Amino acid sequence: MNYIEHVGKYFQMLGQVFKRPQKWNVFKDALFREIEDLGLKSVGIVAFIAFFVGGVIAIQTALNLESPIIPKYLIGFATKRAMILEFAPTFASVILAGKVGSFITSSIGTMRVTEQIDALEVMGINSLNYLVLPKIIAAVFFYPLLVALAIFLGIFGGWVAGALTDLFHSVNYIEGIQMDFNPFLLKYAAIKAVVFAFVIATVPSYHGYYVKGGALEVGRASTQAVVWTSVVIILLNYFLTQLLLS
Amino acid sequence: MIEVNNIHKSFGESKILKGISASFEKGKTSLIIGQSGSGKTVFLKSLLGLHVPEEGTISFDGRISGQMDVKDKRQLRQDIGMVFQGSALFDSLTVEENVMFPLKMFTDQSFSEMQDRVSAVLNRVNLPDAFKKFPAELSGGMQKRVAIARAIVMNPKYLFCDEPNSGLDPKTAIVIDNLIQEITDEYQIITVINTHDMNSVMEIGEKIIFLQDGLKAWEGTSKEIFKTDNESVVDFVYSSNLFKKVRQAYLNEIN
Ligand SMILES: Nc1ncnc2c1ncn2[C@@H]1O[C@H](COP(=O)(O)OP(=O)(O)OP(=O)(O)O)[C@@H](O)[C@H]1O
Ligand SMILES: [Mg+2]
Repeated sequence: MNYIEHVGKYFQMLGQVFKRPQKWNVFKDALFREIEDLGLKSVGIVAFIAFFVGGVIAIQTALNLESPIIPKYLIGFATKRAMILEFAPTFASVILAGKVGSFITSSIGTMRVTEQIDALEVMGINSLNYLVLPKIIAAVFFYPLLVALAIFLGIFGGWVAGALTDLFHSVNYIEGIQMDFNPFLLKYAAIKAVVFAFVIATVPSYHGYYVKGGALEVGRASTQAVVWTSVVIILLNYFLTQLLLS
Repeated sequence: MIEVNNIHKSFGESKILKGISASFEKGKTSLIIGQSGSGKTVFLKSLLGLHVPEEGTISFDGRISGQMDVKDKRQLRQDIGMVFQGSALFDSLTVEENVMFPLKMFTDQSFSEMQDRVSAVLNRVNLPDAFKKFPAELSGGMQKRVAIARAIVMNPKYLFCDEPNSGLDPKTAIVIDNLIQEITDEYQIITVINTHDMNSVMEIGEKIIFLQDGLKAWEGTSKEIFKTDNESVVDFVYSSNLFKKVRQAYLNEIN
């Protein structure tokens, strides 16, 4: 199949996904399970990486600002901007594409090759709606929170780095964070988080749902899913940035 | 009664089913036999609507596939129980949740009503103490029994089983066979089973259909399969020396 056909099939899939759930109680159970699997279980890794990346950005900026005429508050300012604009929404999404994407593809793919999806269909259940919709909703609502946490921890990580290395002063750093507060940038980060969450929930689902064969193919599909999810995120990131910021 | 009329199914270039007709009756266990790759699973999945045949019709007590509206189709699906070749239990759910799943999805029963029903069917398949286990913690035979419990929990009118006793030891295989036959008789279900198991053929085959090269090559009862001189059936069913001897002994006895 060529790319155009895949894209067509992907949108056809979404058509099946966005139907009314057959039973709200069952949907609610599935949603809570997905919030745990896709969201809560990713808090640790995102927090860990955000904290250290924030620290590294602050240190790098400090090391590159040797000139005495450049104000020291720029370190805090740069760390904040970097976290809000790119690191938290984009970088964290690429990490989640790896972690959550491979999980989604392998779990749906396994259900496909072990006939669990057939079992759902035989019962008269819309398997795409049952399996994918809760993932989309869980991701789209939870990831903006995750991104907010990453922004916060990244900035905090920068501050801790300063305190530990003496490269810059806490006062200057805090002055930098408070400077030029632009709520639109937070909105921009939130929009990116929602869009990327949708991609992370759906592209790996597509790869898992249509897998054919056995365990080997499921493994291969997971790798493919991670690659494509990342590619789509990076491309969309470019277009969204151009669209929203220029 | 399920009536299958001249169904054809191919995948790309390869024709798997080349016009098969058959009928399956209430309260009877019918078996589909044939070599690995002969299309048994494709046939069963075509009956279920998981594959859509290019040609031919299937009618479930007068409800004809392809001529039903969405509501009738949904109702029909609820009248069907299916046991898949690999059990197909939902591996993120416990045994209890697996069996309860159709009830949750399609009935408005209270939780305790559902629990009662689940323990009734799990008792029926002799698995009274596996409720909280996950499928991965069960043996193959136990998984099959959970799959049967899930298939009958909605009181189906039609039960389909794809090799329900493949991979089981002979004793467990017989237990499963008998269980399916008892349930079929008890609830007057129409049961269709795919099997390789010659023991099942001898023991529970009230009607046997032999598939070969995408066609129905033979049809009869387990008595008739001893007597038949249809070469391909004899060749397939009595391929082992043991069964050759059993057949010879049987023929000597009746002559
Ligand atoms: N979804 C599919 N796409 C393409 N070909 C298929 C598909 N399903 C089955 N086939 C082909 O149809 C043929 C019959 O397969 P089927 O699974 O029905 O055999 P079977 O009789 O059930 O065998 P076994 O006893 O080993 O389970 C095989 O050649 C298989 O490759
Ligand atoms: Mg088969």
